[in-house]
Amino acid sequence: MGEAAGCSVTSPIKTDRILKQLWFIGWKSLPVVCLTAVFTGMVLALQGYPTLRRVGSEAFLGPLVSLSLIRELGPVLSALMVTGRAGSAITAKIGIMRINDQIDALELMGLNPQRYLVVPNLIALIIAMPLLAATFDVVAIFGGYLAGVRVLGLDGGAYFGEMSSYVVLHDIVSGVYKSVCFGVLIAWVCCYKGFNCRFGAEGVSAATTQAVVNASVLILIWDYLLTSFC
Amino acid sequence: MIRVENLWKSFGGQQVLRGVDLQVNSGEFVALVGLSGSGKSLLLRHLVRLMHPDQGRVLVDGHDVAKMPREELEALRSRIGYVFQSGALFDSETVFDNVAFPLREKTRWNETKIRHKVLEQLDLVGLKDAGEKYPAQLSGGMLKRVALARTLVRAPKIILFDEPTTGLDPIVVNSILSLFDSVHKKLDLTGILVSHEIPEIFGIVQKVAMLYEGKIVAVETPETILTAQNPVFDQFVNGKPDGPIDY
Repeated sequence: MGEAAGCSVTSPIKTDRILKQLWFIGWKSLPVVCLTAVFTGMVLALQGYPTLRRVGSEAFLGPLVSLSLIRELGPVLSALMVTGRAGSAITAKIGIMRINDQIDALELMGLNPQRYLVVPNLIALIIAMPLLAATFDVVAIFGGYLAGVRVLGLDGGAYFGEMSSYVVLHDIVSGVYKSVCFGVLIAWVCCYKGFNCRFGAEGVSAATTQAVVNASVLILIWDYLLTSFC
Repeated sequence: MIRVENLWKSFGGQQVLRGVDLQVNSGEFVALVGLSGSGKSLLLRHLVRLMHPDQGRVLVDGHDVAKMPREELEALRSRIGYVFQSGALFDSETVFDNVAFPLREKTRWNETKIRHKVLEQLDLVGLKDAGEKYPAQLSGGMLKRVALARTLVRAPKIILFDEPTTGLDPIVVNSILSLFDSVHKKLDLTGILVSHEIPEIFGIVQKVAMLYEGKIVAVETPETILTAQNPVFDQFVNGKPDGPIDY
């Protein structure tokens, strides 16, 4: 990963490959991220509303939903979705290239495989993750609005009005910071597993499974550490 | 010139190469034969530092491959072409893009010049009309030809073939071997061909080296090979069921 980080700031930067991965990781993950987001927001509202109503604080549904999403659920769930959808594909592709000698072929052409296979994914994930997390937050807040205001009858003004009073810049910055960290983590784990894939279809299958499981667990652990110490 | 001196390599406690010595002079085309799993491909991978020896050394044009700094290694690799057993084509790119890949990445040529060169190479291997196809759409023989075109487009001085005809029918095998022969003669390349195609390869190489039990046990010319007194060579080349080779 250190070598890849070095390559990502030195020439030649493979812009076309970065854009291609940005399209694959960012744009193509958008549907699954939005779908997860809308239902997460709706469930948060449905679960939070009765509890808040019991203590007469249903007006705080907006802050509850938005803060949960912006600080934690947005970055974490979007990272988990990207790990499952794009991270697995990254590992499988690099793994197949490894077992079919394509990575060796790159080396024998005098090209650095890290620059071609790791750097585009690393940069694309660093750019895409905060954008996907932000999209997740917006869509999930809208989902919370649908469930809280349209279904449960909370006042729309209260939902959004209280939200703007409680969400501060630090919450948004910490969400962005987490997303960037998760992007690096996904690139590191998924590319590493692909590069160190064992031979055969079973090797690729095992590498892909390990990449998704390890990246997902590391995202949750790293989220806890970031929340605790930052 | 390629010179391998006392090369040793083991994997997981199993000693595969046990002191290999081999010399390939400039302009020579040498066949490397031996049992499956005897370490022929492994030996080839040491020549381009895809593997590091446990002991011994590999010299290419007098330079120790294992001790080269990265820049020197890249320069060496740019002079060596390697045709993998699998072809190692990039399966998400077309045949044309596969062949163009090293030119786009390692030269400053414009797209017109690259196109001209790629079509010239594809024509050389008889696949001028296959440029828009993907590797998955090609037959085994066509894959090997594209792999050769991608290797030749970089104008290497040394070329290493790792079982390029395995799994192909006899007609395709002969056509690919004659293609190697014509390319070798035309470009005056130094080459090593790992192959099981006996006796077909005898017509295109100057020497045949036999790797057995981790060592080169014999090096013969195609003319002397059938009368060679080495019993291992004799059993292997003639496919005799009885002899010193233990199955």
